[in-house]
Amino acid sequence: MAGRDDVAGFPLIREPLLKDVGAPGRNRRVLPAPFDVPQAVDLPGIAVLPDIPDVSEVETVRHFTRLSDLNYGVDNGMYPLGSCTMKYNPKMAEAMAEALKPVHPGDEAAMGSVLGLLFLLQQHLGEICGMDACSLWPAAGAHGELTGMMVIRRAVDAGGSGRRKVLIPDTAHGTNPASCAVAGFVTENIPSGPSGFLTAQTVEEHLDGGVAALMITNPNTLGIFEEEISEIARLLHENGSYLYMDGANLNAILGVARPGDMGVDCMHVNLHKTFATPHGGGGPGGGPVLVKEGLAPYLPLPRIVNDGHGGFALDREGPESIGMVHSCLGNVAISIRALAYILSIGPSGLRETAKAACLNANYLRSRLAGLYDLPYPTPTLHEFVLSDRAFKGTGVSTMDVAKALMDFSFHPPTVYFPLVVGGALMIEPTETEPIEELDRFALAMEEIARRARENPEELHGAPVTTPVGRVDEVLAARSLILTWP
Amino acid sequence: MSYVPHSEDDLRRMASAAGLTDPEDVFSPIPRAVRHRGPLSVGGPLDEETLRRLFRVSPSRAVFAGGGVYRHHIPALVDALSSRQEFSTAYTPYQPEISQGTLQALFEYQSMMAALTGMEVSNASLYDGATALAEGALMALRGKGIGRVLVTRATHPAYRKVLETYLSRSGDAVVEEVPFCRDTGRVDLGALASAVGSDAAFFIQNPNYFGVLEPMEEVAAAVSGTAGFWGIVVAEALSLGLFRPPGSFGPDVVVGEAQSFGNHANAGGPLLGFFCTRREHARRMPGRLVGLTKDSSGRTAFCLTLSTREQHIRREKATSNICSNEGLCTLRAALYLSALGPKGLRSAALQCAAGAGELTSLLRDRGIFPLFSGPCFHEIALPLKEGKRQALLAEGIVPGIPLVRDYPELGEAVVTAVTEMNTKEECRWLAGMM
Repeated sequence: MAGRDDVAGFPLIREPLLKDVGAPGRNRRVLPAPFDVPQAVDLPGIAVLPDIPDVSEVETVRHFTRLSDLNYGVDNGMYPLGSCTMKYNPKMAEAMAEALKPVHPGDEAAMGSVLGLLFLLQQHLGEICGMDACSLWPAAGAHGELTGMMVIRRAVDAGGSGRRKVLIPDTAHGTNPASCAVAGFVTENIPSGPSGFLTAQTVEEHLDGGVAALMITNPNTLGIFEEEISEIARLLHENGSYLYMDGANLNAILGVARPGDMGVDCMHVNLHKTFATPHGGGGPGGGPVLVKEGLAPYLPLPRIVNDGHGGFALDREGPESIGMVHSCLGNVAISIRALAYILSIGPSGLRETAKAACLNANYLRSRLAGLYDLPYPTPTLHEFVLSDRAFKGTGVSTMDVAKALMDFSFHPPTVYFPLVVGGALMIEPTETEPIEELDRFALAMEEIARRARENPEELHGAPVTTPVGRVDEVLAARSLILTWP
Repeated sequence: MSYVPHSEDDLRRMASAAGLTDPEDVFSPIPRAVRHRGPLSVGGPLDEETLRRLFRVSPSRAVFAGGGVYRHHIPALVDALSSRQEFSTAYTPYQPEISQGTLQALFEYQSMMAALTGMEVSNASLYDGATALAEGALMALRGKGIGRVLVTRATHPAYRKVLETYLSRSGDAVVEEVPFCRDTGRVDLGALASAVGSDAAFFIQNPNYFGVLEPMEEVAAAVSGTAGFWGIVVAEALSLGLFRPPGSFGPDVVVGEAQSFGNHANAGGPLLGFFCTRREHARRMPGRLVGLTKDSSGRTAFCLTLSTREQHIRREKATSNICSNEGLCTLRAALYLSALGPKGLRSAALQCAAGAGELTSLLRDRGIFPLFSGPCFHEIALPLKEGKRQALLAEGIVPGIPLVRDYPELGEAVVTAVTEMNTKEECRWLAGMM
């Protein structure tokens, strides 16, 4: 096929680029026109028509519908990305967010009700995490990390110590060191122990007068509970340092254990993981920050306060605060969905969520442990990590396993992370997968393991049933075509 | 309600298959000392109808508030298509073979944003306009010899505050304000000329926070070749449908807020930060980028690219810590731009400008004049006593965003925004009561 559907030098596109759809004069939309536009608009710098495609309504709808057909969503099937918690996103929460759509943040009367709901979410997150104060403004997990580390830096500076070092275990997400760097800290990588968790002894060896904080994920990215966390917290506090917790894996311990009770001083949660809000193909998410009382004065502005008449208002003053981190109130419509989720399942539902998430992972782990290398035999909670070591000599890698899973209609797990495991396959089924889906996944993994031993060449060619085959990422970086050619 | 698909029997079966005596034993790795006893003190479980009553919010009758978040008409197809689960429930497209829909939609977004801003490259979004400005300043400060950040005082106050938060991490950069002229509301060109230098990055919002159009040609002449780095901030993306693309003035970056493109006001979020730059800066820019490439059989495909700038590869040396961005909001922007097309975008922008013109003349008839003489797009700074503002709010009319907190020098005043969502009748109503 040539011509219209071809992009210069890039043939056979599944769905033409939008610029190749439509033609001048196709768009016949009638827009609201309440005002009389003068013949000559007297404004400086008016330009010719903007340079975007002219497309009819049906062409727009078909273009994007066809694009959606090239995607895979949670409603299609299991999405076992480790530490990403790709659980089912209840339709109910979408319905609850509807009421928010027309509300402008400057509409003070309407915002009274919205702030009441946000205040309720802050309280609920505080109770779930065992923390004293909360700010909902960070728009994603990494934004929450940055905000939390800025809070710690402000506290450290207020104490006059000028500490600038943050200890980070080798199992941490890449955002942890990156957020520390943006917040003005220097990071030091510390090793997790042979059983996959960080030992108090290791922490003690790295503590000195320069350590501002330690950043930990619990359960960690191997799915292992940091069993020495209380002792680690005690050591840090004795040293005048803070304990930061990345809440990416909070789903595993909902209603069972609370970070605040483990000695955590500051943390963030990911609403788009634990609290079932949709990931949106990469956002919008939500990354609320929670702190213990001593850090509360440093939380970002504004703050939701009782207005003294039974309602809620925003307080924009706070000399000790780090300041603002978002131009408005963060991803409000995501916060609202998270609150709807929490209230819909209630306290028993939260605990059941953690239990089923951990059981699903342990069930799957027991089915796969014999077939794939399990580098850490330590008991795990909501996720577990396999490696491609069992296929040594066959030429089959983790990438091949991931791509082959797509041919069985599954999204692959997280791959090549955490970095402590070579060729890692990090699997988190979440609580919303029925047993039959887990069994189908296990069968697919068994079949892939069989092919790896019997017919490894076939796996290098995977996937073959997806809209496109294996994608050349090197070519993308080399040609760097970032807009319509 | 529970979204767990298991019966009690299922749970026992799975526990037993996993070698556990009881389903509760799955928590045995958690030390007893840190276990929570008893149920959490949270609300629920609640049914959908009870939840609906709890989540009810009623907007005021007539809203003239803008200030970085705008109410514009959104064609129904935007909600319909963006709520398709294949888009809305998908993860970040790290696995391109089953994410071509998200990737191509992002590529269309990048292409249209680059065209509208007149820049060569757009990233796949940042959190909002404020963090886009902050990331722009951080990128500037990574350049050689830049240690000061200048920003016009007429740039959105919240953007400037977020910028201060992001830059307060170290003592090596200071934020300095460039004042505006009290009569025109436009940047003080004399003050600008004496403040710029090769050690400074300069940012100017246009149209500015008062809705006033800045003298961009004069600004460009003052800073081109003089400032070490400069950027234009656009807090109202719809202005890109009417005015000369900001990139044509030669800045290093054009950053800002594209919520106006198909995203509801949503009580203030999610918003849609955009970041556009020149090709020479692509490897230094923050955030995700989608590139065109081929698959193993030579067919056209898309994937995330230049990820060696990003946190999951570069960790503490990344160009930004951003991971999740505002993906679905970019899809909505692409849908919106496709739905409106060039003429529709122009017409929506013209309606807004005409509405602001109409309100201005209604107010003039009543002896009320804007604070500034500079030309405006669709926001106008107006004097308004706080008592009067409260009276209007009580009537269900939101006359604008108060200015006194951020600009005490202007006294009691508001920035009033008119969009195509307002009507002539609403304007008459507002003017009559001001």
